[in-house]
Amino acid sequence: MSTAEQPIVERASIDVDIACVGFGPAMGGFLTTLSRKLLNDDGTPAIESSVMPGMPLQVICYERADDIGFGVSGAVTRARGIRASFPDFDPTQIPLAAAVTSEKLVYLLDPIGASRRSRTLRIADSLLRKLAKLDHEAFELPYTPGFLHKKDGYILSIGQFNQWVGSQVMSSGVVQIWPGMPVGEALIENGAVRGVRLVDQGVDRSGNPDAGFTPGMDIRAALTVVGDGPVGAISRDIDSKLGMPPGNEVREWALGMKFVIELRPEVDLQPGTVLHTFGFPEPEIFGFLYVHPGGLASVGIFVPSWFNCPVRTSYRYLQHYIQHPYLWRYLEGGKLRSWGAKSLQESGKRGEPFLAGEGYARIGECSGSTNVLTGSGVDEAWTTGVQLAEAVLELMQAGKPFTRENLVRYEQRRRASWVEKEARVAEKSRDGFQVGVVTGMMGMALAAFSNGKLSLGGKPPKPCEHLASLAQFYRGKVELAEVVALEKQCAAKTTSLHDALMNRCGWPQIVPDGSLLVSHQDALLLGGKVQAPAGYADHVVFRDIEVCRRCGTKLCVEMCSAQAITRSLEGAPNFDREKCVFCGACSWNCPEMVSGQPNLQFTAGAGGLHSAEN
Amino acid sequence: MSNPFHVVVCASVVPDPLQTLEPIAGPSGPGLKNEMMLPAILDPWAAHALYEGAHLVKQVDGSKLWLVSMAPKAKLQQVMMTVAQKVPLQLVAIDGPSGGFVDAHQTAITLANAIRKIDGLDLSRLLLFGGWESASRSAGVTLQLVGEQLGIVDQFQGVDSFKPQDNGSFEVLERIEGARHQVSVCTGPPAVLGWATGNLGEPPNNPQVGMANMRLIMPALQRATAASVSPDGLRYGSVITPKQQRETKIVKDKTADEIAQEIAQWIGQE
Repeated sequence: MSTAEQPIVERASIDVDIACVGFGPAMGGFLTTLSRKLLNDDGTPAIESSVMPGMPLQVICYERADDIGFGVSGAVTRARGIRASFPDFDPTQIPLAAAVTSEKLVYLLDPIGASRRSRTLRIADSLLRKLAKLDHEAFELPYTPGFLHKKDGYILSIGQFNQWVGSQVMSSGVVQIWPGMPVGEALIENGAVRGVRLVDQGVDRSGNPDAGFTPGMDIRAALTVVGDGPVGAISRDIDSKLGMPPGNEVREWALGMKFVIELRPEVDLQPGTVLHTFGFPEPEIFGFLYVHPGGLASVGIFVPSWFNCPVRTSYRYLQHYIQHPYLWRYLEGGKLRSWGAKSLQESGKRGEPFLAGEGYARIGECSGSTNVLTGSGVDEAWTTGVQLAEAVLELMQAGKPFTRENLVRYEQRRRASWVEKEARVAEKSRDGFQVGVVTGMMGMALAAFSNGKLSLGGKPPKPCEHLASLAQFYRGKVELAEVVALEKQCAAKTTSLHDALMNRCGWPQIVPDGSLLVSHQDALLLGGKVQAPAGYADHVVFRDIEVCRRCGTKLCVEMCSAQAITRSLEGAPNFDREKCVFCGACSWNCPEMVSGQPNLQFTAGAGGLHSAEN
Repeated sequence: MSNPFHVVVCASVVPDPLQTLEPIAGPSGPGLKNEMMLPAILDPWAAHALYEGAHLVKQVDGSKLWLVSMAPKAKLQQVMMTVAQKVPLQLVAIDGPSGGFVDAHQTAITLANAIRKIDGLDLSRLLLFGGWESASRSAGVTLQLVGEQLGIVDQFQGVDSFKPQDNGSFEVLERIEGARHQVSVCTGPPAVLGWATGNLGEPPNNPQVGMANMRLIMPALQRATAASVSPDGLRYGSVITPKQQRETKIVKDKTADEIAQEIAQWIGQE
């Protein structure tokens, strides 16, 4: 339906002082800092609301997920920003939190022989097997580079951490956080953001009014704070309507997928243990194992966009990853407690949008704060939230409006901080991976030790420009004719091509044990507890089905973390809203562009993970 | 209609569906492993009662609605972030256990005492709403016991419909066997109504309702008094969660009939 044909819907509108989008570590930092200064000791407003005179500032935060505890992250963090906000931070007050006690960087060799390893890596593997002391098919590097260290840091469950922060912010009584309420779009007038529009409720899959139709309300605010993560709908809306700074573009992503595993009681891994791994299941895939208190461990992988596999299904890789002998000795016999997946915006400074404009500001991952060199996002996100809150408080105390010029105070704080300094070092640190894994690792070290002055490789292409063809990727492993035959078979059966190709390449079939090695759909149910409320429109839309039919890769299907996007016999993908975990991988993997936009539209929606342990 | 109702909904807080529940023996009796970490929701049965209560209050001028809930304060706050967006309500918060292992009699006394203390509540106009059943591990008798504590003799369970009449009476449909309803007409409040599912869907989230509610909810949470419920006199012989059996296998090249037959056989083994 064209815009001209869309029926006019009467929408209610409310005015608040500050409207916030997304509740994660960045918004936690913002609201924690802000809420501490909104009331005087006697309970009277320290800063009066302009929309409700006499009342405290009206601050409202809308979170898409059904609970503020349903966030996903690794996560090990140096927590410099968090400790600055909470000088007496006590990890024992937060379930699953532990101080980092030990860190190792481990190179995992391929005990199966099915991964695609370059000649250089094969030689290195051979030398290691002959000369080095291996431990369960792995080589523990003698030291962990300083830039990777999480010294004095913490292992966190972001779900539990968000709950802890949210509970304190809400207890202040001056901030309202509303989960389960997706924000559909930004209200943009004459280049200024004037608030947000919530999504329509009581609609069918296509967004047409249905039983209980409730048009999304307009929340008008003097300041809109956007912290909606790597694939947030409002961030992308603002970027598409107001543009990006010249030369900046988000081109690098990764898909992170993790299990939370209950370890066997006899497993001797101390809480606070951190393992960073690389080399397996494919050389391009990084992994981690973090040990929480209570015999739990977070174990996961990152599948980067520069991994040029045209059929990259993370779940299968994760299953092989946990079975690597170096990890399996700890994980075998464990029990799946949780599962989750998320995208990571890995462009950093190169993907930085306008940090602030008329009536709005961006914080956290959606503002390009994630540091790919140090493998850190939570600390940076929290700190950017704090920086914005300090600037906002300063402006309000001075009675100044939230104009682009005034919000420069936020940008100045950020530019002068360690977040910016480290982001500059990291800016080109991963460019070497465009050439190869070994070059990439060398490039990271070079960038780190030269303070970002030196790097290897060039500016990365977009994810879809980086993909190899099936023939190229599987050259030497599977004959082209066989690839084509498998492609046809999978299309006819509407099954995963990646699984078929992995089997053919020698990856062993996964034998379910009903406890930890479970089917992908069981991981959704037992681990992620995935569900979606009725009455919302599909948030993944294929704009032109014919384009999808013609698409050669169907990468949205293969990359979908939850099998929510599946093949159909008609050739176009199907989308099942009830399975989606909002990782957003489909949004950056769609190779088909229509009128300058990806053919797959990923918008705001409700539901997703219901596990609070990720 | 000039016979306003004072609707009090009793609702507990339970783990979000699909969470893995594992009973453990704690120092003060049985509990669930990592219960405080589990995301929580308002008991779905009682949530229906809340939506029906809000609908009724909207229909009958002068009526009022309170939600009385006992749970750890942090959990209540978490649940209210969702529930308060749904319907206008006044919260009476009681800081206490919500695990479903507390003696139903003691819980009922606590709830009844809290209800008696509600400012502006006219017990003669009281409709005590709650869930007919509960998604917690409770015995499912708490609502009835609260009614008894308050001296309410008209009690209805498995309610699907409540229709107020002009003369102050109301018609109630209760579920009975054979997928049928028993129709009763009650001359007026006070009464206890344990709701089944009712006929109303979950209301959409309404930011205006949320904002209005939260101005009262946060003070109510701050005022929440600690409940003095203890396991005295109650001992559990054993605690198990409902049996769940999950077997996963990959089935290919089978017809739907063959798969159905195999599932039927599997069920028959139980």
